Amino acid sequence: MELSRRNFLRGALVGGAGISLLGFDLTPAVAQLKELKIARATETRSTCPYCSVSCGVLIYTIGDKAKNVTPQVIHVEGDPDHPINRGTLCPKGASLEQDILNPRRLLKPQVRRPGSDHWEDIAWTQAIDEIAHRTKKIRDETFIEKDPQGRTVNRCESLAWIGGCTDTNEFNYLVVKTMRALGLTYMENQARV
Amino acid sequence: MTNGWIDIKNTDMMLIMGGNPAENHPCGFKWAIEAKRTRNAKMIVVDPRFTRTAATSDLFCQIRAGADIAFLGGVVRYAIENNRIAKDYLINYTNAAFIVKEGFQLPEDGLYSGFDAGTQTYDKSTWNYEEGGDKSGEAATAAPARGHTGGATAANANAASTGGSAASQGQQPGSGSGPGLTGQGYTGMGAGGAKAMEPTKSAPTLPGKVAYDLTLQHPRCVFQLLKQQYSRYTPEMVERITGVPKDQFLKAADTFTSVRKDGDMKKVGTIMYAVGWTQHSFGTQIIRTAAILQLMLGNIGRAGGGVNALRGHSNIQGATDMGGVFDIWPGYLKAPNPTDTDLATYLKRVTPTTSKPEHWDSFNYWSNTPKFTVSFLKALYGDAATKENDWAFNYMPKVDRNYSWTQIWDAMYRGNVKGMFAFGMNGVAIGPDSQKNIDALKKAEFLVVGEIYPDETSEFWKSPGVTPDEMKTINTTVYRLPCAGFAEKDGSMTNSARWLQWKNVAVPPPGDCRLDQDIVAQIFLKVRDLYQSEGGKFPDPILKLTWAYTNTLHPALGDLAKELNGKALADLTDPKTQITIKRGQQLPGFAWLKDDGTTSCGNWIYSGCWTEAGNQMIRRGTEDPAGQGIYQNWAWSWPANRRVLYNRASCDPSGKPWDPTRKQVWWNESAQLWQGNDIPDFKPDSNPKDHMGPFIMNPEGVGRIFGPLAAFADGPFPEHYEPIESPVQNPLHPNQSNNPVVKKFKTAADKYATPGDGFNIICTTYRMVEHYHYWTKNNPMNVQLVPEAFVEIPVELAQELGIKGNDKVKVTSARSFYIAKAFVTKRIRPMTIDGKKVYQIGIPIHQGYRGIQEDADRNARTIANRLSPTVTDPNAYTPEFKGFLVKLEKA
Repeated sequence: MELSRRNFLRGALVGGAGISLLGFDLTPAVAQLKELKIARATETRSTCPYCSVSCGVLIYTIGDKAKNVTPQVIHVEGDPDHPINRGTLCPKGASLEQDILNPRRLLKPQVRRPGSDHWEDIAWTQAIDEIAHRTKKIRDETFIEKDPQGRTVNRCESLAWIGGCTDTNEFNYLVVKTMRALGLTYMENQARV
Repeated sequence: MTNGWIDIKNTDMMLIMGGNPAENHPCGFKWAIEAKRTRNAKMIVVDPRFTRTAATSDLFCQIRAGADIAFLGGVVRYAIENNRIAKDYLINYTNAAFIVKEGFQLPEDGLYSGFDAGTQTYDKSTWNYEEGGDKSGEAATAAPARGHTGGATAANANAASTGGSAASQGQQPGSGSGPGLTGQGYTGMGAGGAKAMEPTKSAPTLPGKVAYDLTLQHPRCVFQLLKQQYSRYTPEMVERITGVPKDQFLKAADTFTSVRKDGDMKKVGTIMYAVGWTQHSFGTQIIRTAAILQLMLGNIGRAGGGVNALRGHSNIQGATDMGGVFDIWPGYLKAPNPTDTDLATYLKRVTPTTSKPEHWDSFNYWSNTPKFTVSFLKALYGDAATKENDWAFNYMPKVDRNYSWTQIWDAMYRGNVKGMFAFGMNGVAIGPDSQKNIDALKKAEFLVVGEIYPDETSEFWKSPGVTPDEMKTINTTVYRLPCAGFAEKDGSMTNSARWLQWKNVAVPPPGDCRLDQDIVAQIFLKVRDLYQSEGGKFPDPILKLTWAYTNTLHPALGDLAKELNGKALADLTDPKTQITIKRGQQLPGFAWLKDDGTTSCGNWIYSGCWTEAGNQMIRRGTEDPAGQGIYQNWAWSWPANRRVLYNRASCDPSGKPWDPTRKQVWWNESAQLWQGNDIPDFKPDSNPKDHMGPFIMNPEGVGRIFGPLAAFADGPFPEHYEPIESPVQNPLHPNQSNNPVVKKFKTAADKYATPGDGFNIICTTYRMVEHYHYWTKNNPMNVQLVPEAFVEIPVELAQELGIKGNDKVKVTSARSFYIAKAFVTKRIRPMTIDGKKVYQIGIPIHQGYRGIQEDADRNARTIANRLSPTVTDPNAYTPEFKGFLVKLEKA
């Protein structure tokens, strides 16, 4: 067996108290032994999804970056470079790892049918197909081209969109684009409440 | 925020009211502590509860929930009485010197001139400036503005004779602007804030040349009206309404206004607020009062100053900016209404014209509205938007009434909204009146929920109280689609300091989850296929929507960000600099936008976020040479990467900083340009001698102490009104206790309490640092920190009712009930309101009927918002979640 530095130190430790055997304090070297668990992780810069301070967070993942390997989150912490939070996080930000790795996450599309008392699984294609057909049917049945005074209004008042607070700007823009194109006027967001 | 999180460190004085940042924005609140530590800044906290923020304050006043306008109005009066005013700022940068039309009446009886009781609206034609010139010498002879003397009846007769009607809701050019409004829900900055109601054919407009009196002596000048308006808000009256003892109030007023002692302009004070101000039936006007106070004190535009909406969520600033609400388009452009028969008519209505004293200048930046609008339509409809078809203007839906949050649920409850998409939005738990929302969903045909956890909204059909028999009768089809969490998506979010920060993808979504943008794209493209193959009603806006994304079924957020920024559709050349932008190139900023179809831009205020130099939102420069916390190279801030809005006002009229130790921008005489540590929020070459106003988004160029015409639905000045449910009649005018333009809802679910029915405890709701709305009840660590629902109850009230800590209690409102454990505390004291003993209780909002504890049957599975009433602010349409009436008993 090749005597690596690490094995040598280990052997020294097993052999007895460091100081008495070697004549100097081994503590720093032992500390070095315990490699930081994030040392080989990939660091991804992200933003906390909770309050409006938008603290910078660092998400650490491991995985060999091969196409068929899913990276695993091993640690989340505040970004020390971020000018506002400077590495700090609140109890919510500090628990973000448990938000990402959470056994309660919804993992598959489901449907609850009329009168039913339970969820059923549904394939994505079927769910999207059904939603699209319902959307078109209601829009076609209720679309208002002119108001009672004969003025063009081109709106659909029987469908509503309510958007959440962590939706990104780009997603919100896509929503505005598509929902306004469908003619929606009942389009609201957490920003209102 | 007019300013930003780090900028708070520059302040000398803080008033924190309607917010609890130590608990709800802890990592931003460190900058308030920094100001205390390094500048010896003082902090005043006014709140119904002794909060964690209050615990760090120099002065705490316990206020009755919903009495904020009385408190702030009292401070305005104190500042005037004691000459704690920034006089040069007031005269030159606000409309204090403007003269208001004859016939305008202050609300001494609770009503401004022009009220029509039948429609509960105002004819606002008298809420306007007088046309004319310099009236400085005419003070002695002018007739003063008067309050009503004949009560509501006379006012109504007056309104009827002047044709007052729903017409008074008409939108005015340039309305809704003015400092301090960036935080009010969607109200945001500039023209977008106004009410989206139908205007009359001849809606009055602001005069081009405004009459003024720079001596501020004219009895109808804004300053004299302001003085008269708040003369009624004496310390004694403040105590009667707010419950804050007179001496405590005076100490707070003296402390806050001390920054302007003896007219010295060096010190700066800031005001911070959150939903404790917005969630009232007069929420916008509370913020208005703060803006008025800050304008009087000369605190807007300055480092360490401003009116700062702390906001509650990671991207509601961005959602508002993006027109995620019914009445605005991206960048606070107004949603069109049916009177806008073509684009020209629309642009004429929404583009403000200058209104100012003749010899002053006004940039009136909203005069560029046509450029922003046409570029937006080009982004949406590309080549299908042509000059001939009015840039596809009629593809866009027209709104002529209120379609806001509470109206959605009301319309669904009445059977008119048949399908709903709820993405990351737990509408049942958000309320108000959660049971009404649950009952509304029972009547819908379908509901699509995009979520990462099982939530109350997707499971409304098995909410507590639904029997197996009833469940069989609920015919709503519910699709629950598993979405991606924050770490699984890239894209930008805008914080309350207006910083757009780009985040990266750390991990792919788990299981069969899909990215939110993919789901919406795939549903939309499927609908589009159906219109393509089957035809249907007015398919053009669907078929012709631009979709130039690299992967159509998976639009990259980077592609969308580039579309938001905007690009050149033809070669463009700046005539001054001869700089050319080639067709297809990203635009450097909104100054390049055109109204002739040669530019496209999804959101003009975000133009500059993704230029030819790449993604500006991902920048991570940590340098801050001026030491003011500007961080010009960190992320990107709208507008145009400016960090403090209205920063021209940080200088005196000659262009020199009021405080040379906090230099933000200044006029460089030799270069004939504005320069600075921050980007000047101003016309760069406007020489100070031209007297251009610093509030460039107002057609006046100055800050609005008086909000003219349709700027606000309920009055040009704020007036104290009682919450819809209040234990007392309004001490100012008992016959007009509530906000006169606020309408109650009328379904069977909408019940409102009076103290006579035994509902006499004031209830307020709040959040805790350990939890985030209704999500973290799925997170083991957060649940471990605060596992149980509780109700915060004053010791004295607990004693009266025989309640001990940990007892199970039931809180009942006119709508429903809430069950949790009693947390008996001294943090809320009994109060004396108008001579009456009044108790307040507080409820954290974080529990529901799905969560770790709920699923283990370890809490009562009730939602706090079952208690709150459906009634809203008439300007921002935000519900009155704060300060409603309840009963309390042992459960």
